[in-house]
Amino acid sequence: MTKMSGAKALLESLEQQNVDVIFGILGGAILPVYDALCGNEKIRHILARHEQGAAHAAEGYARASGRVGVCMATSGPGATNLVTGIANAYMDSSPMIAITGQVPSTNVNSSYMIGRDAFQEADIIGITTPITKHNYQPRTIAEIQPMVNAAFYIASTGRPGPVLIDLPKNVQSDVADVVVNINKIEARGYKPALQPDLTKISEAANLLANSEYPFILAGGGVISANASDELMQMSDLMMAPVATTFMGKGAFPEGHPLSLGSIGMHGNPAANRLLGEADVLLAIGTRFSDRATANLDTFAPNAKKIHIDIDAAEIGKNIEVDVPIVGDAKVSLKLLHDAVTKKLPKMKVSAWSKRVKEAKEQLSPLLKDRPKELVPKALLMELRKLLPENTIVTTEVGQNQMWSALYFQALKPRTFISSGGLGTMGFGFPAAIGAKVACPDRAVVDIAGDGSFIMTEQELACSVAEKIPVIVIVLNNSVLGMVAQWQRTLYNRRYMAVNLGKTPDFVKLAEAYGAQGLRARSIEEFQKAVKTALNSEVTTVIDVPIGSEQDVVPFVPPGCGLPQQRGDY
Amino acid sequence: MEAGKTKVISVLVENKPGVLHGVSNLFRRRNFNIESITVGPSEQSEIARMTITVNGDEKTLEQVVKQLAKLIDVLKVEELEPGHFVMRELALIKVNVPTPKERSDIINCVEVFRGRIIDVSIDSLTVEITGTPDKLDAFLNLMKTNGVIELARTGITALARGAKTVRIDE
Repeated sequence: MTKMSGAKALLESLEQQNVDVIFGILGGAILPVYDALCGNEKIRHILARHEQGAAHAAEGYARASGRVGVCMATSGPGATNLVTGIANAYMDSSPMIAITGQVPSTNVNSSYMIGRDAFQEADIIGITTPITKHNYQPRTIAEIQPMVNAAFYIASTGRPGPVLIDLPKNVQSDVADVVVNINKIEARGYKPALQPDLTKISEAANLLANSEYPFILAGGGVISANASDELMQMSDLMMAPVATTFMGKGAFPEGHPLSLGSIGMHGNPAANRLLGEADVLLAIGTRFSDRATANLDTFAPNAKKIHIDIDAAEIGKNIEVDVPIVGDAKVSLKLLHDAVTKKLPKMKVSAWSKRVKEAKEQLSPLLKDRPKELVPKALLMELRKLLPENTIVTTEVGQNQMWSALYFQALKPRTFISSGGLGTMGFGFPAAIGAKVACPDRAVVDIAGDGSFIMTEQELACSVAEKIPVIVIVLNNSVLGMVAQWQRTLYNRRYMAVNLGKTPDFVKLAEAYGAQGLRARSIEEFQKAVKTALNSEVTTVIDVPIGSEQDVVPFVPPGCGLPQQRGDY
Repeated sequence: MEAGKTKVISVLVENKPGVLHGVSNLFRRRNFNIESITVGPSEQSEIARMTITVNGDEKTLEQVVKQLAKLIDVLKVEELEPGHFVMRELALIKVNVPTPKERSDIINCVEVFRGRIIDVSIDSLTVEITGTPDKLDAFLNLMKTNGVIELARTGITALARGAKTVRIDE
């Protein structure tokens, strides 16, 4: 037993979880924790300039490193500003801990307490219940460490996700005798399923061994489970083409002959086409989101479907499957690989592999002509050449994101980080800051649009002050491009509220924050700017003016199926 | 209640604040329809039992069970097998009684339905009646002619029959 404050108990618990960084902004109701942080040498605090930035940075840190990201804010508006970031982490299954201050849980010195609408009180437990894996509000100091242990365990295991800990101010500041360094985890209702059912593995192996046109679809779960090697072995064994969902981008090297890029609304047409020809679909760690599958009636209509997922609730939620496998992607793929190997000693080059090669040559956008002028396709293909393989790329949301999906090849897992499920504009830049903190020796680039970048651009102040140099490439078209594209193609060019007018001068904006601002108007200027940025010790914003009427094509219109992808590209 | 469409689920949860919120919030968020939900202590301390009746097809029900099971404070979820469980609901019904003739009619009715009269006033009777929701519906239907002043129904609570249980054995 050691006498300490709740705030100190929190920090000790975080240290025990090997937390080395917290992204946050302080305020009245979290002051005791910040007081305890003062002089702490194990945990670095990075002061964001808006709590949303802190949350996205924590997620960027988590997704780049595979470790749990931690963000912190005060009560009320601090907590509610985290909400978008928490919802984002929930949708994209990222391990994250959000710590919020709360008004006191009991009446201390006549101060208002929980439930009395105290100053900066918000019911963050109620607000975040539908967007967290779990949340906690300790009422005694003794509860803190077991709750922190459970929070990290829940956030990082099974299907990862955010967990919130809401700490009433009196619990932070009170002093009590507490037992430290306990390993107890109190979460008896939480039992992540890791080991799959072997009879299902065997059924799946039978289907795969007898298939002529196998197709592998890898989702974000493959990245979460660090199962890329197992995915590669499975693909090698079957000579099966691999497409990813948008969230799975990077799970399989996109330069590989069997890689088809991503499926989906703005997916690679080769992937969308071949999926329709497959006789067995092996889907791993994907929730079959509407943007990936489009209209379900024409989704892989000829394929028997095997679905591996660690979350039993994802199986049968959006599509019916023939063989459900609930388990960890890495463990399941290993078992499945061994089971298929026994039934299929040697795989030969088949008609299917020839068909895959042919479809890629005919349909893959990257194998078509590359424009000479500085348009998104040329820029992103050039960027791939300029960046080292291990560079971490984040994106904002909208056209910049879909162009990146189509034209920027991700070669390794955890090198492509984007807001897939929630589609949060403003995610990419703070996520890049978080990724850079996790991987300081690697280059980190945010592929942005002007509309998205403006949403969290204030974090330039954070990146400069905290010396976290990242590169932001602003594809500047002075419109909210994706919605403008929809208005152009689906609303008969009736443009409403998409024109950004005179956007800020991003070079001057960067300079105003003490960052480096560069502008590129040609491929040559772009090459030069990226090289300068890669060698810079300060964050660099590269403004790239592009036309305002560029579409992301091809595209599956809403309500249509993947085979109805259209548009010249 | 339409047979086969309404499912009864027995759920064991941590008996602590916020758990009911988590469960009801899940139903709202996932667009599931709850017909009724009842909560109370179970045979084990610190564990509460919820009995939830939901309306939907097999696929929806499967999602209800799986999504409930994901909640950290939910310890066990099981659909009670149709025909192999007992269920009861309790209703308190305050009925309008303008004349002595009607009073005796109602008392007869209550006897037939094995209910009890638990409060009497000059122009009203309060009846306690327990049974399956169908039985309660039938009784209520009879009372409608007299005029129901107030009605309170608990929603159903249920247990599996015989050796079959939904419990946590430590």
